[in-house]
Amino acid sequence: MSMPVLEVKEVRKAFGSEVVLEDISITVPEHTATVLIGASGSGKSTLLRCINLLELVDDGIIKLDGQEITSVDTDPDVVRRKLGMVFQSFNLFPHMKVLENIILAPMRVHGMSRDEATEKALELLNRFGLSEKADQYPDRLSGGQQQRVAIIRSLAVAPRLLLLDEVTSALDPVLVNEVLSTVRELKDHGMTMVLATHEMGFARQVADEVCFLEKGRILEWGTPEKMLENPTNPRTKDFLQRVHEAGRL
Amino acid sequence: MSEDVRRGDGSPNSAPYSFGGEWTPSDFEIQRRADRKKKVRKNAFIAAFSSIFVLGTLMTIIVTSPGWKVLSATFFDWSYGFTILPKILVGFFESNVILTLIASASVAVIGLTLALIRTSRSPALTPFRILATIYVDMFRGIPMLLIILLVGFGIPALQLKGVTNNVFILGIIAVIITYSAYVAEVIRSGILTVHPSQRAAARSLGLSNFQTLRYVVLPQALRRVTPPLLNDLVALIKDTGLVSILGVTDAIRAAQIEASRTFNYTPYVIAACIFLLVTIPLTRYTDRTLRRSIERQNAQGQA
Ligand SMILES: Nc1ncnc2c1ncn2[C@@H]1O[C@H](COP(=O)(O)OP(=O)(O)OP(=O)(O)O)[C@@H](O)[C@H]1O
Ligand SMILES: [Mg+2]
Repeated sequence: MSMPVLEVKEVRKAFGSEVVLEDISITVPEHTATVLIGASGSGKSTLLRCINLLELVDDGIIKLDGQEITSVDTDPDVVRRKLGMVFQSFNLFPHMKVLENIILAPMRVHGMSRDEATEKALELLNRFGLSEKADQYPDRLSGGQQQRVAIIRSLAVAPRLLLLDEVTSALDPVLVNEVLSTVRELKDHGMTMVLATHEMGFARQVADEVCFLEKGRILEWGTPEKMLENPTNPRTKDFLQRVHEAGRL
Repeated sequence: MSEDVRRGDGSPNSAPYSFGGEWTPSDFEIQRRADRKKKVRKNAFIAAFSSIFVLGTLMTIIVTSPGWKVLSATFFDWSYGFTILPKILVGFFESNVILTLIASASVAVIGLTLALIRTSRSPALTPFRILATIYVDMFRGIPMLLIILLVGFGIPALQLKGVTNNVFILGIIAVIITYSAYVAEVIRSGILTVHPSQRAAARSLGLSNFQTLRYVVLPQALRRVTPPLLNDLVALIKDTGLVSILGVTDAIRAAQIEASRTFNYTPYVIAACIFLLVTIPLTRYTDRTLRRSIERQNAQGQA
């Protein structure tokens, strides 16, 4: 098998005295999706932010395409050019139209011409059924549409790896599905992804591997079938039970 | 709003999208529109009547009061006012207007620079950050009149070679020094209110620190602080009058010279009217931009 896109080895992160990530190791091969599940505060967002170098790890190593990105002389901007990240909310720049949002990074970071960037952006918008929104400001879009544009925007620079942090948790249930189907389509096209989600049904559909985090540790990991149907760790069972009761399974 | 309500009158460009096809308002709706019109007309009538009544009564009381004759002769002697109007206008355009233009342009640049220094996190800029903070704290805390006196009389007293004694230039410098501190704070507050996720989103796209500031943070920050900045502009226009204390013949000084010659205060009233002619439209405009920016922020989606 070829080299994995992402390797996280024994990563630790603390904020002050609060240890948020401890001994985290995951490997994400090309064209696979790794899903992080776990209760609120378990460290999912922090892990994604560490991969994106928005936070500095306290220990351990993160490798992208075999190259260490956590060394002191890594240029974060260079690493981020290879990554796409979509947050829970506040992704789009409200003072720019949808199209401008999408072409900003291709033009300013990747030196693409405006025409080329626009053409690519329209292609993407078209592919995800949002072409008629190109000239709108983000506040004219529904929450689900905004998140889909955010995902498209992160795709516009052809990332090696896509990081999605609970992209549906700020949305009401009806809008969740359109976003999830966008993600599913990306997965079907071979995009490599790490995503945090509370949607277990969705995790089952897209995940190649599911990692269960609790209090900053990966307590259990495996295929979605194993993790979601026959978890061995009692804490995982407990968590899924609670999710089930909340009606999200 | 009312444009949207009235769509469906059959004309093709009145509706942005026309699902559901033709629509003729029901009798009930037609009746409701007529009622609405009637109500609007009634409200307008009440507003007009009450205004005329209250303002008319006030005017009558003032004009019929025993002191009115002497008051209007000393303050509102329009024919005298008209003869000295050119002098005051010259002072206004040659001093206040020029001062406002030069000062506001410089203040914009200096204030923005100070705000950027204060909000930057680069370790190399630490000494500048400290200096900028001291500067802002100091000049926001000292009355501007004092700064004008200090700069206007203090600097010439030093008798330095090559430093100007021109009170006009010194006055401008004093205004710039003070207002840069105000404006820096306004812009800084704007920068701080841009949601941190916006920065994170921009950095995640690979934008550098500077690009993030340039394309994402500043445009939002400046848009948000436009109303308070316009307020500062109005204040600046008025405060240019303070440099008259240095002997600059601006509108106020010109009026003062006239008034002390004739012991009639109409020149002051004229000067006031000239300032109002500029500041009132600007204040109205500020109100409008404020209302619009609030609307925009309310409309802003979360995702
Ligand atoms: N910048 C920070 N400073 C201090 N503590 C932080 C910071 N960011 C996160 N934390 C803490 O780290 C812990 C993990 O937070 P994180 O956002 O990673 O959780 P999460 O699994 O994403 O939760 P959720 O499902 O609610 O999004 C929390 O206890 C949080 O309080
Ligand atoms: Mg989170």
